[in-house]
Amino acid sequence: MSQLEEFLTAPPPRPSLRESATFDRRTIAEIQRAAREGIYDIRGGGTKRRIPHFDDLLFLGASVSRYPLEGYRERCATDIVLGTRFAKKPLHLDIPVTIAGMSFGALSAQAKEALGRGATAMGTSTTTGDGGMTPEERGHSKTLVYQVLPSRYGMNPDDLRRADAIEVVVGQGAKPGGGGMLLGQKISERVAGMRDLPQGIDQRSACRHPDWTGPDDLEIKIAELREITEWEKPIFVKVGATRTFFDVALAVKAGADVIVLDGMQGGTAATQDVFIEHVGIPILAAIPQAVASLQELGMHREVQLIVSGGIRNGADVAKALALGADAASIGTAALIALGDNSPELDEEYRALGSAAGYYDDWQDGRDPAGISTQDDELAARLDPELGGRRVANYLRSMVLETQTLARACGKSHVHNLEPEDMVALTVEAAAMARVPLAGTSWIPGAGGNL
Amino acid sequence: MGAGGGVTLVSDPTTEVVDLAATSLRELNSRLHALTGADGEPQRIVVANPRGRHNIAVGLDVPVEVVVDGHAGYYCAGMNKLADVRIVGNCGPGVAENMMSGSVVVEGNASQSAGATGRGGLLVIRSNAAGRCGISLKGTDVVVQGSIGPMGAFLAQTGRMVVCGDAGDGLGDSIYEARLYVRGSVAGLGADCVEKEMGEQHLAEVRELLERAGVSGVDAADFRRYGSARRLYNFDIDHAGEY
Ligand SMILES: Cc1cc2nc3c(=O)[nH]c(=O)nc-3n(C[C@H](O)[C@H](O)[C@H](O)COP(=O)(O)O)c2cc1C
Repeated sequence: MSQLEEFLTAPPPRPSLRESATFDRRTIAEIQRAAREGIYDIRGGGTKRRIPHFDDLLFLGASVSRYPLEGYRERCATDIVLGTRFAKKPLHLDIPVTIAGMSFGALSAQAKEALGRGATAMGTSTTTGDGGMTPEERGHSKTLVYQVLPSRYGMNPDDLRRADAIEVVVGQGAKPGGGGMLLGQKISERVAGMRDLPQGIDQRSACRHPDWTGPDDLEIKIAELREITEWEKPIFVKVGATRTFFDVALAVKAGADVIVLDGMQGGTAATQDVFIEHVGIPILAAIPQAVASLQELGMHREVQLIVSGGIRNGADVAKALALGADAASIGTAALIALGDNSPELDEEYRALGSAAGYYDDWQDGRDPAGISTQDDELAARLDPELGGRRVANYLRSMVLETQTLARACGKSHVHNLEPEDMVALTVEAAAMARVPLAGTSWIPGAGGNL
Repeated sequence: MGAGGGVTLVSDPTTEVVDLAATSLRELNSRLHALTGADGEPQRIVVANPRGRHNIAVGLDVPVEVVVDGHAGYYCAGMNKLADVRIVGNCGPGVAENMMSGSVVVEGNASQSAGATGRGGLLVIRSNAAGRCGISLKGTDVVVQGSIGPMGAFLAQTGRMVVCGDAGDGLGDSIYEARLYVRGSVAGLGADCVEKEMGEQHLAEVRELLERAGVSGVDAADFRRYGSARRLYNFDIDHAGEY
């Protein structure tokens, strides 16, 4: 064969394998899965694709024009108070990071207890979820926030009075406009009993509250909760980040003491992937809207703002506070601290068709880490004391990181961080967070409408 | 109906009158929450001049009789436990929402979401109830002497509902294990709700509920029973179109 013939007949070299950006391998696999199963993909966790986030912001440390605080010598306080507007007994927390609402049902009783232990050790709060309050979590949580959700599973006035604060859940960042979901394999006898549901059914709960529909009757609902609890408890209103400017204004009008704002990347125990990836806005874009809304009403810091959705470390917390939040809240990260996606479990994850670092089948109930399961044997693998210790350690390091950044900016309280301490790395982040693009004074869209 | 309707105010030491024209709602509810059921406490509280006020007698936790002498607004007797509350008038949305035990009787009409998410006790509505009556019911027994609006017993989980009149469209949509009995017509059944056979135990159940509700002259044999077809309990691709 001549050289020319050889060249013409040889198989094409590798670079001609061109993956489509539109139909990439994941997309192809998903079409194939849908064609096989005939149902949308349901999974746990939050948004997986990259969206503008806190990583796109940077702090400007102190220099000639501002001076820093000494790292280990000068005090940088972290305490916060939630519910100062109407409640007789506001919450006093030692750190600006709380544990978000995750239901017993989605999580094992051991996991709930461990979260309570970790939060309590660090002087912060934890939150019930779409399934009622368990004695384990009440017993091990010094400060417990009780959720009032559309489903009202397990809702009762005794627990309402036992709670330290009440959170009316309008929506979640992972699925604003969607209801709860708990698949049959996790509806154990205990879970079914607490929710008044038959065992083993696929539970799809309501997305709207049963007894109020808009901001005017939400106001009456909140008044009812206050009347029942003698105006003692702070009342939070949780919304998924969508039309945040208006939602915050309406929640304030309805009488909220605290707004909980959950960005689109917020985790969930079980939601359709299409919902997780395509509904809502990033927390980065939502915080400035919420703060602007509170400021316009003269309520910034009067009504506190807790934000969540993809909070991973002290840098995320510091940036959220600098944008004007009073506290940050964590779900997914707390589960990872408990042992979710641990490399030691890699083989077991692989047996489930996943791998350590990828596991998101929290809807499935077969979690080898004993966290997102109702299987007694699996759940028993999680030692609540050890789990609590890990959560506390993780929270501690987050707070140290937050203080490190605050001191570098010369702040004696983490709440003194402000937007002026930051710049953005990308044009998108600059526009969303309303801070200038690094090295410029340009804030895209500044002066425009919300 | 309305002020004075049916309540005689005698100088009875076991009855206390709280006049909402002169007392704040906060004081009324505080007073009701302070009751412990001890000897010497009033056994009956009459709420005079309610004038459609919201959140009257919410969060009670003691076996006391409360008479609301007139119309009430939203969430009257919300989350009731142990108390027997009677509203001598009409009431707004969410009457007896999330009731745990005791009883709530509405002498007039009830607005939407009556008895929402109730987990125990008995709710009686002497006249009609609007839409979403018994929504997300979790154990309360509801007896309506008149008719109910659309979407009655939506997502109802457990508990029983007896409607002596007609039911609006979408009855029992996405219902779980609650049992529904309707004497009149049903404009339409919601997803996964079907008519079921009336057995002896069901007749007995209707009789018992009517009796507890103080309803006479109504024959249990005239009722038809509705409940879940249980086709949507676990996802099945061939039933996806039923939602
Ligand atoms: C396993 C799990 C269960 C959850 N259950 C609830 C719930 O019952 N109610 C609720 O309001 N939010 C629930 N969420 C959302 C969290 O409260 C929170 O908004 C979210 O986890 C924050 O985002 P992050 O996971 O990125 O930290 C759940 C989240 C997870 C991961």
